[in-house]
Order: sequence, then structure tokens, then C-alpha cells
Amino acid sequence: MKKSIRAALAAAALLLPAIAQAQNLRIGLREDPDILDPSLSRTYVGRIVYMALCDKLFDINERLEPVPQLATGYRWETPTQLLITLREGVRFHDGEVMDAEAVRYSLNRHLTMQGSYRRAEINTLDRIEVVDPHTVRLVLKTPSASFLSMLTDRAGMIVSPKAAEALGRNFGTRPVCAGPFRFVERVAQERIVVERFPEYWDAANIHFDRVTYLPIPDNTVRLANLQSGAVEFVERMEPDDMATIGRARNLRAVAVEELGYQNLIFNLNNGPRSNTPLGRDARVRHAFELALDRAAINQVVYEGMYTPTRQPFPPANPFHVASFAPPARDVARARALLREAGVTTPYQVEMIVPNNPDLRQAAEVMQSMLSEVGFDLRIRAMEFASSLQASTSGDFDIYFNGWSGRTDPDGNIYSFIHTGMASNDSRYSNPEVDRLLDAARTELDVEKRRDLYARVLEVGIAGDAPRVYLWHRKNIMAHAARLAGYRPIADGMIRLQGMRLQ
Amino acid sequence: MGIWLLRRVGQVIPTLIILSILIFGLQQLMPGDPAVILAGEERGDEQVLAQIRAELGLDKPIWQQYLLWIGRVVTGDFGFSWRIRVPVSELILTKLPVTFQLATMAFLIAILIGVPLGIVSAMKKDTPADWAANGAALLGISTPNFWLGIMMILLFSVELGWLPPSGYVPLFEDPVQSLSTTIMPAFVLGTGIAGVLMRHTRAAMLTAMSQDYVRTARAKGLRERVVVWKHALRNALIPVVTLGAIEFGRLLAGAVLTEQIFTIPGFGKLIVDAVFNRDYPVVQGVVLATALIFVLLSLLTDLLYMAINPRLRQA
Repeated sequence: MKKSIRAALAAAALLLPAIAQAQNLRIGLREDPDILDPSLSRTYVGRIVYMALCDKLFDINERLEPVPQLATGYRWETPTQLLITLREGVRFHDGEVMDAEAVRYSLNRHLTMQGSYRRAEINTLDRIEVVDPHTVRLVLKTPSASFLSMLTDRAGMIVSPKAAEALGRNFGTRPVCAGPFRFVERVAQERIVVERFPEYWDAANIHFDRVTYLPIPDNTVRLANLQSGAVEFVERMEPDDMATIGRARNLRAVAVEELGYQNLIFNLNNGPRSNTPLGRDARVRHAFELALDRAAINQVVYEGMYTPTRQPFPPANPFHVASFAPPARDVARARALLREAGVTTPYQVEMIVPNNPDLRQAAEVMQSMLSEVGFDLRIRAMEFASSLQASTSGDFDIYFNGWSGRTDPDGNIYSFIHTGMASNDSRYSNPEVDRLLDAARTELDVEKRRDLYARVLEVGIAGDAPRVYLWHRKNIMAHAARLAGYRPIADGMIRLQGMRLQ
Repeated sequence: MGIWLLRRVGQVIPTLIILSILIFGLQQLMPGDPAVILAGEERGDEQVLAQIRAELGLDKPIWQQYLLWIGRVVTGDFGFSWRIRVPVSELILTKLPVTFQLATMAFLIAILIGVPLGIVSAMKKDTPADWAANGAALLGISTPNFWLGIMMILLFSVELGWLPPSGYVPLFEDPVQSLSTTIMPAFVLGTGIAGVLMRHTRAAMLTAMSQDYVRTARAKGLRERVVVWKHALRNALIPVVTLGAIEFGRLLAGAVLTEQIFTIPGFGKLIVDAVFNRDYPVVQGVVLATALIFVLLSLLTDLLYMAINPRLRQA
């Protein structure tokens, strides 16, 4: 009797490691994603979940270059004709075959679906031709240097045509793609669960059976979940969490520079509120910039972790212009510029700040720096949605916000400073800058294109100063030490390929 | 009794109509155009904005929007969330049990702590026991929920590892796991309300104990325990029940901060996220459902009065 119990215990002990090897990963997200339809979704956090669900034609590597994913390669036949070869033997989660027809269907869906947010990203695409089952030809209306980079994100995600037809606008409630994991369930604000897709084309690199995404908005609580082992990975922590994570032997923190930036936007020509010395006279804006010490603000508010900048292209971006560095703080020169512009000090200006503790704190440090020069900065903290409204409708002097960033430089600058563009809340307009931006858009030679952007920075940013770029943030990720294989890439995505628990 | 009930229910309908107009109207006062929020990074494109407005009916005059909405609500159709395209009724039905469980647990904790403490402190007035009970109540009322919540997470989840730090498991899926995810938030909410209940029970008991019928009961030679529990407490409970119903209603309307801290997917979190995303159908649906809960609770309170106090049954 005793013997058999002992035998049973031994057998159970042998079984235990086998049970422990069923690997499940739990990821704490900073927000709850919006709809999981690659054509309709808008949030950054949603893209993290797509890494499990939907493969793209191309992914990006550490140097932000496109690398094949569902595609196997590409070739520009002419500046407006892109030939893409597709991976063979790839299946969607519903068993359908991923082929040229499916690519055509998906790109057309991105392009024509009502309410598609991808349309603006790929609207240079004129038509898609199926050359053979594993080759498509994309014909553009005009040459586009940024087009390929669009196919590395949601616009390059290929959905199952059969499922998309069947579910229509509700596709996002049960997405069917060709990613490493298939959709299991979603409980709004609670969890999104995906499970391993055995027929995934790169299945050998997938080591989890199940991944659960848990939105946990509070930073302290998200970290507590990691510390207590309730999740194995958390994204977008704050700089001051680094010390806590560093002290814990079973945790690891990784800080990766982001693709985007934070900046100050001046109201140059957006409604009656732009008619101020600050809006009319570039000298006043230069004085404003010269009053700021980016490195000091960064030190006080972000523990020195962010990268001060004067441009929208982070150092990791191949189009970063190294010679275009932030000017040193110069109070005397700033005062002189204000005098030259005939501004009587103290000159009162208002800055809208989205109501986050760190942004408010940064604004307060700027406030004291500016007061030495003669600016009387009033800080107006607003809930985010209201601040967007104020900025769009011109109800602001200065707006303090950020941009999540794109791999291609065009996505970080064009629509923000080109005349008449969507996100140009300054209503800044300079024909020379427009010409340079348009030229850079279609210039396929990297060297020439970088020179064009350098000119844009000289004429637009250093000259007219419609914006002051402040710093590039860091994506701070933290995970259990026993989790291996996470590849930090500046886009802040969590790529599950190669990740495993030890 | 039947007529009374009919009249009482009759009052509910105009209340709800007025409420629905208020909900719809107040929401329009919120700054921030929902189309701009929904358009995201394409918000500067007038075409995109027009398309969104047309799709959601935002281009119609406000009274037309209201009539369209209320017409559908009457048939049970609350519309769908603009953000995740899930029917609002489904969202409400999945969040309601969560909030109900949390509210019930918090309420039980509040009663179990608050009422006995109130009785003890009234009976032992001006003794160290009374002072201690009052001190505890003051602490319960004045400790911010979010602070207590984070402290509890750090102690019980991070340091001791006894309880999961956040999240929620449905009661019928795994009762033990469900209780372990909700006990901390329920305690945080319950202690706050326990303080209020304690103060009210104490005051009501002190009043009741000085009434003539208590003196009569004592004069009859009844034992003190019978006097307190059977005569005084029953009378003292009426204001406590009223307060309890209001507090329970507030719990059902969602405990925003506590739900946010513990990531409990209840009503409070639903409505806060919806407001920040300008997800109007969700805001409208949830507020209306909450209002309905309040109206039903006040009806229930009236019935409870009658159960406790037979004199009210004749009215």
C-alpha cells in the first residue's frame, strides 16, 4: 500500500515538469485596445495585440528596415510598380489559403471599406494586380518613398477574405488572420485571449500555447502584477519605475527609444487666437525655445532617461539629422529677441497640457525657465479629448503633446507641417517647406532624401519655428527574468516569435 | 397596498423620461467632438469627419438624435459601442454581475463591521470602547480608497503573495478565485461605508435608547439584551436602512477609483472609459441603467420600511 502511494507520488513528480512546460504568457497592457479590425482600428495598444493575431506582408527589424513576413521579397519594377512575392503554404486561422487573391482582397478592403483608417496611409495605391498565386503587383499613382513602410504595419495585414466577407463590419469581434496565434475570446476592459495556431508558417519559433492580454491602466498596479507573478510582461512603464524593477532580482527592465517625440505646437494661423506676437513673429518663438533647457527638464522630470531633440526623427531613424541639435539655453539672447520684436514683458501666453502628471510637471519646469526670459506662462491642464478639440479648433496659444511615431520619416513630419494637412494644428504654411516635403515624399534615393529633410529642418523648424521638438521618450518594458527572447525594437511592439519562459 | 404600489410605479415613468432627456442633454455639453476623437489621427480631414458624423447620425439636429435613441431604447436596443462595436446592452449585462457581486460583498463587509460597532459604541457611550469605535469609523471614512487599495495590493500581493493584485474571475466560473480577486476591493469599499453606517447606527441607537418605550420595557423587567435587540434596534434601523440603500445604490453605480485600481471590469470603469473616449451610446446606456437601478432600489427601500415598521403598512 505504502509502496503504491510512493510510486504514485513519484509518477506525479515526473508529471509536474510536463505540466509546467505548458507555456502561457500574460501581458499587462497600459490601455484597453479598440476594435480588433486592421482596417478600422486606431489605437497604438491594439497594434501590440495584432503582433499575435495578424501577420503583415513585412515586419521591421532593429534598424527599422522592412523584412519579409508574409511576403518573401519585393522589387520596384518602376518607381510606381512594386512587385511582391508571397510566402507559399501559408494558411489563415480558418484554414483558408493565404495567396495573391487574399492580398488583393485585404489591400482593397483597407482602401475602400467605409471608415477605414488605412486609406490615408496607402492612398497612393492605385490598383493591385494578381500576377500569379504567389505574386502581386502594386501600382501606385505617384512614386512614394514611404509606401513600403506602410506595409510593415496595419495596412500590410492580410485578413481571411472568407471571414471578412462573412462578418463584415463585425470582423473585429472575431478577427481571422494568418498570425502565430488565433483569437479565442475578448472580454471588454478585462482580457483578450489568443491560442497557438498550429499551422502557423513559422510555428517552430512560437513557444507559448496561450497568450492573455490584460489591460491594467494604473502603473503601480501593473507593476504589482509583474512583481507578484500575475503577469510575465508589462509595457510602457514610467522612468521612475526603473529603479524598483532594477532592485528586484527576478525582474528585467528594457528601455527602448521610441519612434516618436514630444513637442510644443504654436498657434500660427488657426483662428483669431493666433493673432498674437507669438503667432505672428518667429523671433518670439525663437526666444521661447532659447529659454528652455531640454536636458534639465529631462533630468528633473524623466530621470534623464529621454533623449533631448530638435527634430521629429529619433537617432535610431536612418533619416535622423545628427547636425541638427537643440540650441543651448541662452537667456540673454532670448531677452534680446523679445526686445527686438517689441514685446512688453512679462508677456502672458497659455499652454494647453493634457492632464498627465509628468506632462504637467514638465510644463511647470518650463514655466519657471520661461519666466526668467519674460514669458508669463499659464498652464491649462485639460482632459485629453478636450485638449484635442481645442487644438483642432484653434483654441490655444501653445499645445504640448506627443506623437507615437512611424518608421518612415514622412509619417513623423508631413501631415504636421505641410500646408492644409490634417494634423497641422498650427496652420503653418511655407511654400518652400511644402515643396521640400513633397520632393522628399517621392525621392527614392536615401541620401538625397535625407538632404531634403535636413533642408526642411533648417527652413521650417530652425527658421519659422512652428513647433519646438523637445525629446524622444523611451518605451520602458519590464518582464520576469525567466522570460527570454524578447527583442526590443523602437516601435514598442511585443513580438512573440522566439520568446519563451524558462 | 396594491394601489400604493401602482402609484409608486406610475411615478417611475416620468422620472425616467426626464432622466433620459437630462442624460442626453448633459452629454452634449461635454467638450470634445466625438467625431474628432473617433477620427484619431485623421481628425483634420473634414471628409473623414463628415463620414463619421453621417454614419453615427451626429449630423442630425439634437432633438432628432434624442428621439431616434429613445425610440430604440424603448425596444431594448441601446445601440453599439463606437469604440469596440459591441452592443451596449451586452456590455451592461456583462458588467452588471461584476458590479453586483462587488457591491454585495462590500455592503456585507460594511454591515458586519459598521452596525455592531455602532451598537457597541452606543451601549458603551463615553468609554474607551466607544472612542476606539469612533476612531475606527473616522479612519474608515477619511482613508482614500485608491491609497488603501494600492497599499493592500503592495502588502497582500507583492509582499505576501496571498492574493492576486488585480483582475476579476466570474463567481460561477471559479468561486474561490472569484472571491480572492474581489475581497480586497470589497474590503476597501466596505470599510469606507462601514464608518458611515457605524456613525448613523450609533446616533439612531442613542436616540432610541432614550425613548419612553425603552424605559417601559426596562420597567417591565425585561432583560437588557431583549430591550436592546428587540425594542431599540428595530426602531433605530429605519434611518440605517435608508442610508444603506443609498450607499448600495452608489456601489452599484460603480466604484470608479476602486475599479480602476484593481482593474475590476465593472460599471464604474465602463463609464469612465466611455466618457474619455466620447463613446456616447455607452455613456447613455450605462447612466440610464444606473438610474433605473436607483429607482428600483428606492422602491425596494419603501417596501423594506414596511417590513420593519408595521405602522407604515396602513398608510
